[in-house]
Parts: sequence; C-alpha cells; structure tokens
Amino acid sequence: MNARDDSRGSTVRKGYVRPLDIRHGRIDMGHGAGGRAAAQLIEEIFLAAFDNPWLRQGNDGASFAIPAGHRMVMATDAHVISPLFFPGGDIGCLSVHGTVNDVAMMGARPLYLAASFILEEGFPLAELQRIVQSMAAAAREAGVPVVTGDTKVVEQGKGDGVFISTTGVGVVPHGVDVSGANARAGDVVLLSGTMGDHGVAVLSQRESLEFETTITSDTAALHTLVAAMLDASSAIRVLRDPTRGGLATTLNEIARQSGVGMLLDEAAIPVLPEVDAACELLGLDPLYVANEGKLVAVVPPDAADAVLAAMRAHPHGANAARIGIVSEDPHHFVQMNTRFGGRRVVDWLSGEQLPRIC
Amino acid sequence: MKYIDEFRDGDVARRIAERLRAEADPARNYSFMEFCGGHTHAISRYGVSELLPPNVRMIHGPGCPVCVLPIGRVDMAIKLALEHGVIVCTYGDTMRVPASDSLSLVRAKARGGDIRMVYSAADALTVARDNPEREVVFFAIGFETTTPPTALAILHAQREGLKNFSVLCCHVLTPSAITHILESPEVREYGTVPIDGFVGPAHVSIVIGSAPYEHFAEEYRKPVVIAGFEPLDVMQAILMLVRQVNEGRTEVENEFTRAVDRDGNLGAQARVSEVFELRPTFEWRGLGEVPYSALKIRPAFAEFDAERRFDVGYRPVADNKACECGAILRGVKKPTDCKIFGTVCTPENPVGSCMVSSEGACAAHYAYGRFKDIPVKVTA
Repeated sequence: MNARDDSRGSTVRKGYVRPLDIRHGRIDMGHGAGGRAAAQLIEEIFLAAFDNPWLRQGNDGASFAIPAGHRMVMATDAHVISPLFFPGGDIGCLSVHGTVNDVAMMGARPLYLAASFILEEGFPLAELQRIVQSMAAAAREAGVPVVTGDTKVVEQGKGDGVFISTTGVGVVPHGVDVSGANARAGDVVLLSGTMGDHGVAVLSQRESLEFETTITSDTAALHTLVAAMLDASSAIRVLRDPTRGGLATTLNEIARQSGVGMLLDEAAIPVLPEVDAACELLGLDPLYVANEGKLVAVVPPDAADAVLAAMRAHPHGANAARIGIVSEDPHHFVQMNTRFGGRRVVDWLSGEQLPRIC
Repeated sequence: MKYIDEFRDGDVARRIAERLRAEADPARNYSFMEFCGGHTHAISRYGVSELLPPNVRMIHGPGCPVCVLPIGRVDMAIKLALEHGVIVCTYGDTMRVPASDSLSLVRAKARGGDIRMVYSAADALTVARDNPEREVVFFAIGFETTTPPTALAILHAQREGLKNFSVLCCHVLTPSAITHILESPEVREYGTVPIDGFVGPAHVSIVIGSAPYEHFAEEYRKPVVIAGFEPLDVMQAILMLVRQVNEGRTEVENEFTRAVDRDGNLGAQARVSEVFELRPTFEWRGLGEVPYSALKIRPAFAEFDAERRFDVGYRPVADNKACECGAILRGVKKPTDCKIFGTVCTPENPVGSCMVSSEGACAAHYAYGRFKDIPVKVTA
C-alpha cells in the first residue's frame, strides 16, 4: 500500500494534516500522484479498513513464510462490474470472493491477497470507503488478509468509477490434485447450488432495465466449502466456479480441457423460481448467467455420495445436486436431457448473451 | 413458474408424442414449416424434434426478424452511425448481423459509432429525450409483433414535438412472406420443398388475428395451426396438423386460444395503419424482392422517417457466395447442407444471417442440435 507510517515520521503527520472529507470529497488527480494526498488516501481509507501487520510495515510488497514442501497456487482476477453496488454485494466484497474462489478452485487453501485499485477522477470518497470497508469485511470473514496493494487514478471518462484487480496465493494440501484437465468418463458432476442469482441480481439494477426483485447476488467465498469437500474425499478431480458465461461455459471449458463430453439432466439443475422468471422475461438462459458463490465439482463415482453429503452439510452447499455424468466424446460436447424429454447441446456462450426480441 | 411450466411438462409431451406415433400414417411423410423463429428456437432448445416420429419433418421458415434483414439495410444503419454521427438504437440481435466490409453494428460501435442496444422502441424515445442535441434513430426491425410499439413511439414523438427522433423502418409482413414461399417454384412446380402445412405464428397472430391465414388454407390447400411458443404448444400443433392431413382438411385452426382470436388486436392494427403504409416491394434476405411485404412511414409522419431525413439511399448487396441462408430460409436446404456451416460460419463469426439470432435455423442447429450430426458414445 506504500503507506508510510507517520509514527516513523515521513509524509503524513497526523497533527498537521486535515483529515479527508470523506462525506463530500471526491477523488482527484492528486490522489494518484504519489504525494501527500495519495499517502493520506491510503492511510485513511485503505489502511484504516484493511489494517494488518503486513500493510502496517509500509513496504511496496509483503513478505511472508510459506509452509515447506507444499505446492503454491496463485490466481488473479480483475473486477469491472456495473453497477458497483448491487443486491447482496458490491465490487469490494466481490473482488475478495472472486480471487479467494479462484485459488480455492485449485484445491488450495487461500492465504494472502493483493489488491490494485484504478479510481476515476471525481469518484466520491464516501463510496470508495464503502467499497473498501466491504472488501475488508469480506477478507476478514474469509480469513485471507489483503497484504499489499496499489492505487492509480485515471482522468474522468477513462474509467468507470472503480476497477479492482486482486491476486491471491494459497497452498495445496498434500494428496490433492485438482485441475480442469482431470475429468474422466464415468465421473459424476456435482453443483453446489442455484444458478444465475448473481447475474440476475446485477441485471435488475442496470439502467434502462431496472426491475423489482428479491433476488440477491450469491457472492461468497467458497474455500471453506472446498475444504469440507476435500475432507470428505481428496479424490476430487475438478473444481471450478461458474462465473462469467455461467454453468454452460464452465462445463464446456472442463470438457475441452479434459478431452471428454458431458451429459446433464436439466431437471436436476437447481434454479430459483424468481431467477427462472426473470430470465424468461429477459430472454436469458440461467445456464449462461454468472454466479459468484457456486462451484462445480467433478468427482469419481465412488466418491460422489460422500462429497455431495459434505456439500449439503455446508451453508454454501445446502442446495447441492448431482447434475450429470462425464462421457467419452471426441467432440467434447456438453449435452443435456431436457426436462421436456428431448436432448440438446449446451454450447459455449457466443458473444454476449443478448436478449431475444420476440 | 406458473403459466410457463404447464407448457413445458415432459409427461404431457410424452403423451402427445405417443399420440403422434399412433396417428401419423407410416406409409407417408409429413413436412410442416414452422414459420416463426420463436418456434424454431423452441423446437431446438427443448429437443422437440427428438420426440417426433421419423416421418414427421419440420422445415424451418423465414420468420426470424434479423435473419431476413438484407445486408443493405444494416449498411444504412451503420452509415447513419459512422457518417452522420447519429445515435442508432436497436434490438439486441440486430447488433451482430453481418453487413458490408466485414462490419456489423457491434463492429461499427467498436469503430466509434454511437450504437445502443434497447429493449423497446420506448427506450429509444427516452434516449432521444435525454440527448436533445443529438439525432437519434431507432433501427426498427421485426414482424407484426414489433410494429405496433414502433408506431406508438412515432405517435408519442409527434405529440411531444420531439425534433431529434426518427425511425429507420424495416418492418416486414408475415402473410406476404408465406405467400411468397407458397408461390416459389420449389414448392409449386418442382415439389422439392414439400410443405404439407404450417405451424402458424404465435405473437404475430396476437396482433393480426387468425383471419389472414384463411386465404392460405383455401387458396393453397394448406392447413395452418396457430401455435404458442412453448414446446407443448408446438407438439400439440403438429398433432393437429397431422390430423388435418390425415382427414384431408385444410383449415385454419388455433392452438393458441389463450392469446389469439380471429380479429387480433384491433387497437394495435389501427395505430399501425395510422403511421405506416405498404411498400410496393422490399428486399428480404433469402427471398429477394417480395411485393407488398413491408411497411414504410406515411408522408404525414415524414419528419420521423430516417430515410427521408438523412441521405442514406438503399443499395442492395449480394450475400456471400458460399452462404446458403437464402435456400435455408426458403426451406430448400438444411443448415448442414451449407458447406461453410460450422466451419467458416459459426455463431462467433457469422457469415450468414441465419447464424446470428438463436431463432435462426443455423444458429439453433449449431447451438442445440449439432450433436445429432455426429454419433456420440455416452457411457452411463
């Protein structure tokens, strides 16, 4: 965070500096210039929220010990969501959950996060503080501290309020080998809960589309769910969170990476009735809508019951379900038996999912 | 979902499928055209064709609004955005229709054109109100379903005295397209496209009613069953068509009684005829010039007609030579008969318009049905 601790007397002296006017203040180019204003912003907004021993050292990076003999995982994720605040969350907690989940989907236990902020000139400090506090709360709840970071300011019109990029590191427990390339014919596909909640919650707030709904984003950190699943069976082959592009895209990625096909059962895929209705209205398919707190697991058939039971026993997996099987298929098709009794391909998302007009 | 799930019930579907197997005469083939893209989409998405007996074949018709939009019309919209600097508003699927010079509205947007996706004609009006210093053009496409909202937008604009709003009208008419198909040599003379009947439009019929189809049933001796867009609607309509064929009847029947009556929505029809008049001819992608098949804005509303307001003449542009969209839209060919289907032409890089919308025959087959082309071993 480049925060200079004023107790060691450098740029920011508490007694001589007028505190930030968080209620009325806005980001200006000075906050990105690296001078006193930047240091003050970091101290009063970022450091105040994230406070931890690594940040307090005031270095340009963080140094920490890692458990000997373990494989490490590193993952990074950029967040550019609009609107910044949505039912059930905001860009702040989302940026923690997104990266914690990317690390966890490698079978790893997330340890530390780094965060970069690109702020647009004119952005209200009060909103920035709200975002950073939400991010800090999410990090605390996950037990994964933000140990280093950076802020930059871009001119008005060159950003969209706030962009946040986070990077996480974690360690993989011994005996765990999780990869999108590990699925084999005969494996079982498990899903941790309902599809499409996040995407529909965000869409409901979009300008020109605002509709009233009780749907909230499912944004959540899934590493404790992953840990519980790995406790039930370390034989889990694939873990992935179906974010952008939804379940359909995620399963197609796994099928291609592993060189297999899949056969899903539409009736087994949980979708909230409200989400189903909103998708119907907007011409969207819930299988292609983003999630931020769900995961897909591919497990060997003999481990499926134990892993599914562990998922259902965890608060983030209460609606977990067995949704399909992995098949041998040189074309890597993801197919689905429809509730209607037919069969169809569940293809990659192509382009942006555009609403149909009639 | 109440009122939706009832029309997607797998058990009922299986019962209708059993009836179809029992009633379809194994000694003959049945070919029905579903005119609407909405039906094409439902058939593919729910796997309806999987449930049909092998001698009942569905031919995908041209009723997909973006599929029949000729390149020259998209070029006009792109020209408005890039050369005249206007804000072009349009429906989502229109954004990806391939145009000249490897452009589409999406690509024109990436080149700096101010092109915005809207959910309704009313949203385009809002854009015009919010940007009084800019010209705003609504690129209006679609069949009779989307025409009344465009008429209302023009009437509202007139009442409010909006000076910066106009419409590039590309609205087309269903009955003339069906006549055109029935008059085509493939159907009339060569018999290469055997059409035994039509699954009639759902939403279009809500507006125009069932009466306009009576002409086809009588004149061309083809049964028409108007059906809703849910998969059970389609199944039931196919069963009704099989019964008509078996009994030698050629009638207009209405499966979609929950929404369609004989006269349609008279209020909507009145607004449409107040604002629009027939074009003597209009080019359709795939069908070519079709007489009296489209609408233009009446002279009384000339100030809201983008074709009069801006210097953007229509220039017809031929489709890519390898593209079979034309034959596919007439039911002469299947998507898989096209050499570039799934190789050069994919949903990511559509060459022809049938690959753009999920209602297009090619996109629907690519997205939902292409596994049927290649036998796949599923270990269960």
